[in-house]
Amino acid sequence: MSERAEAIAVKDLHKRFGALEVLKGISLTAYEGDVIAIIGGSGSGKSTFLRCINMLELPSEGSVAIRGEPIAMRRDGHGGLAPTDRRQVERLRSRLGMVFQSFNLWQHMTIIQNVIEAPVHVLGVSRDEATERAETLLRRVGLLEKRDAYPAFLSGGQQQRAAIARALAIQPHAMLFDEPTSALDPELVGEVLGVIGDLAREKRTMLLVTHEMKFARNVANHIVFLAHGVIEEQGPPEQIFGAPKSERLKKFIHSSH
Amino acid sequence: MTSEESTIVEATALTRLPSARGLLKPHRLALMAVAAAIVFCAVWFLRWDWLPDYAGRLANGVVVSLLMLVSTCLLGFVFAVPIGLVQVTGPWPLKLLAKGFCTIIRGTPLLLQLWLLYYGLGSLFPQFPAIRQSFLWPWLREAWPYGVAALTISFAAYEGEVMRGAFAGVPPGELEAARAFGMSRWKVFRRIWLPRAVHRALPTLSGETVLQLKSTPLVATITVIDVYAVVSKIRQMTFLTYEPLLLLALIYLCLTAFLVLAFRYFENKIPTRSA
Repeated sequence: MSERAEAIAVKDLHKRFGALEVLKGISLTAYEGDVIAIIGGSGSGKSTFLRCINMLELPSEGSVAIRGEPIAMRRDGHGGLAPTDRRQVERLRSRLGMVFQSFNLWQHMTIIQNVIEAPVHVLGVSRDEATERAETLLRRVGLLEKRDAYPAFLSGGQQQRAAIARALAIQPHAMLFDEPTSALDPELVGEVLGVIGDLAREKRTMLLVTHEMKFARNVANHIVFLAHGVIEEQGPPEQIFGAPKSERLKKFIHSSH
Repeated sequence: MTSEESTIVEATALTRLPSARGLLKPHRLALMAVAAAIVFCAVWFLRWDWLPDYAGRLANGVVVSLLMLVSTCLLGFVFAVPIGLVQVTGPWPLKLLAKGFCTIIRGTPLLLQLWLLYYGLGSLFPQFPAIRQSFLWPWLREAWPYGVAALTISFAAYEGEVMRGAFAGVPPGELEAARAFGMSRWKVFRRIWLPRAVHRALPTLSGETVLQLKSTPLVATITVIDVYAVVSKIRQMTFLTYEPLLLLALIYLCLTAFLVLAFRYFENKIPTRSA
């Protein structure tokens, strides 16, 4: 693990919402090619943690570095942090492919327009090149025939696969998945997990917040169990699922089966 | 697959005229007969010999009315966007200002605003030599800038309120996704927030534009010669009552139909599932 470069390094991350401390000092390093699954009960802070990485949620304390480049932060005067340089955050975000629980496709654009939007308007790729690449990605997620459809006319599973294509289109350094299958009907979960599984096997760097234990066990090389705002236990999947140490993790694994 | 297709068909069906076979249904035939009778009566029993004499002036009037409509809708919308936006996201002084503006303008008659501008401001301006000597004076001496101003302000206030709702109604997740992909605030606004809000607001904007068309005749009261003013003039000159008014009604109907169809075309460019 150690020869590989750091993709994402989080140090001592705290997040407070008023008096409530959701994250109480989390440190985690993802190296290139790591597939890290973040599991934990609802309210354990796993989504908040993921959203702090690309600053959709501003941490109260701690630091985040993307590929060795720390995000410059300053105190905001209200007990929290704010980015010093908005441009830096925008630049780093533009190479972090995020996939949301509720897809969040732009409803006024067709699928192909959704996929080329960030490459063309953020990264400055030419429209032709972006379209060509987008078509390859859509073929990959099995949605090429839907390229000119609007998101509202797609099923949840198709929308999420389109959202994954959109995240891949920026040629991300790392992918962030925020409970990508939680909003899906049970029969649609499989098609989305299939796509994510393929990406994991390609050794793409991914952070994955999920409730799908079996899936996490199969695709991740590292599991992080979050409970009450701290990393309660972490390690390779065999150890986490095969020989859990903490009582909380044992209970959690037991209840999720 | 089929349900998707049928939804698209439903969404576009609004613009489609009934097919030839659909036109031959009994109730339609009856309505067409009534319409033909009205047209026949109007042509046969009423006087239309004045029409050629005034055709040129009428055409001019229509152009003035349309210019009033288009310029004030475009200008008004340009103001409506920030007025709506600051009410959703702005700092409180701007929010208060925008809210106050909308409340005052929407709470008072347009005719009153028009007269306050034209007879109030318009008679105040000449008392200042600085204004009389400024490059703006040739315009400020005319009536139409006051008409444009009043109609623009009114449209901005009503549409500011519409845009406030439209901006607030865009799902926050879509804006968040835009930020997550590295868009700057301005880019999020330009690429996602604004187009999404305009699309949401289009059906309302269509209705408001039709209302605006029918507010334009008010400018005739401050000596702007729009189509309504021309028709009034015709009535004075020919001592006819019904004929010019019927023609006026027909002109406004045609303009409205054109507006509605144009908006519908844009609405249907992006099919929505709930349509």
